[in-house]
Amino acid sequence: MPTIGDQHIVKSYDEELKRLHDSLARMAGLAEAQLHKSVEALEKRDSDLAGQVMNADHEIDEIEHFINEQTVRVLALRAPVADDLRQVISALKVAGDIERIADHAANAAKRSLVLNQMPPVAPMRSLVRMGKLVAELLGEVLNAYLTHDAERALAVRSRDQEVDDLYSSLFREILTYMMEDARTITSCSHLMFIAKNIERVGDHATNIAEQTYFVATGRSLNDQRPKRDTSSFEGAVQE
Amino acid sequence: MPEAPTQNVAAESKMCARDVKVHYGEKLALKGVNLDFRPNEVTALIGPSGCGKSTFLRCLNRMNDTIGVASVTGQVTLDNDELYGANALDPVLLRMRVGMVFQKPNPFPKSIYDNVAFGPRIHGLYRDNDHLDQIVETALEKAGLWHEVKDRLYEKGTGISGGQQQRLCIARAIAVSPEVILMDEPCSALDPIATAKVEELIDELRENFTIVIVTHSMQQAARVSQRTAFFHLGDLVEVGDTEQIFTAPAQQLTQGYITGRFG
Repeated sequence: MPTIGDQHIVKSYDEELKRLHDSLARMAGLAEAQLHKSVEALEKRDSDLAGQVMNADHEIDEIEHFINEQTVRVLALRAPVADDLRQVISALKVAGDIERIADHAANAAKRSLVLNQMPPVAPMRSLVRMGKLVAELLGEVLNAYLTHDAERALAVRSRDQEVDDLYSSLFREILTYMMEDARTITSCSHLMFIAKNIERVGDHATNIAEQTYFVATGRSLNDQRPKRDTSSFEGAVQE
Repeated sequence: MPEAPTQNVAAESKMCARDVKVHYGEKLALKGVNLDFRPNEVTALIGPSGCGKSTFLRCLNRMNDTIGVASVTGQVTLDNDELYGANALDPVLLRMRVGMVFQKPNPFPKSIYDNVAFGPRIHGLYRDNDHLDQIVETALEKAGLWHEVKDRLYEKGTGISGGQQQRLCIARAIAVSPEVILMDEPCSALDPIATAKVEELIDELRENFTIVIVTHSMQQAARVSQRTAFFHLGDLVEVGDTEQIFTAPAQQLTQGYITGRFG
């Protein structure tokens, strides 16, 4: 009676898939650290740390490049099917998401350098809270992805609403500050962009959650997740 | 062992197999297969050597009759006609309606023309010689071979290339206007170009025929079929749309086999 193992009959195929997985794990770890550091740099007004984040971004870009090449190679030479196919396709997409996440972290770090040259503004506390929440969700979803844990991924996906809620209220808070004191407009504008960066990271985390579900189950999540970010309607005339 | 999948598409099926079992002497080679074949679709039968896929294919036009020790039980129908049992179709008539193409091209040691004309001749399917010429031309045309052989119709069928021989065998099979064509690894002796031509042909033939193909090449099953059935140790493990089988198979066993983690 033949048995089905985790291993392919062709060992070098396993090695290629493992290389892909390991690269993603490394990329995920780096991106998670980048986001943590950029939030910490904001919180502690630490320009050195922000500089570190900006300098480390290229490393993630290089891993993404490697994953892209490796994916094309596996598709061309191994013609993967079933769970192997899903894993390879998702690796390509998730690497793209992680690369964007790292970009957003680097962007936030860059703006924090400007913010550090100005007096602190109060909405920073809410921004840091949102940043920590997103960093936590990102860590969760990356672990879920790397272990093919669909349930854990779905839990993260449903929590993206918390991020959207925080973002919407932060948006209003920043508007209020700018209206009250025009001297805060420069720093508040930077803050607003950083908030958008972090909110986008939450969206990429949601994408990764959806890829995790696809890898684990073979089905895609196509029900529309309710969007709770209402900032796009802020200031619009009510009909 | 997972339960054999059951289907509820009998009404629209061209052929139906119900609880088909095959014994080779004492050995049970096929353990009760239920499988339907829809018209104008290509169904691929895949599975490791000895899984019963070819045995099952041969049940569909009673080729197992020729093996003395083989006994077939269960029910197979073509439209509403029985293949086995008291009211069974005459095997000669059956094989006219269910044609077969084998692994190795096996043209008769006759001319290309006579190979294709063979079936219509023995079944008396033509009015006069002009009509027979026309049947031969149409069959070669459908098999994508006409333009390559039209000036050498009276040369030996065994003298053309392997790929052409296999398409000649397909022309011979379709010359009697069958309803179903069975193919047992039709490309395993062909090079990639000849294989591509046969695969393209299978896709075209689908418009007029119901096709069942046994293949060891998973990529071929993925390329040519709309439905894929996976056999293992005499059981039908899983059948489904080819796209589903190759992206998200329902059974672990199927997944193990198609991804190459079997052993």
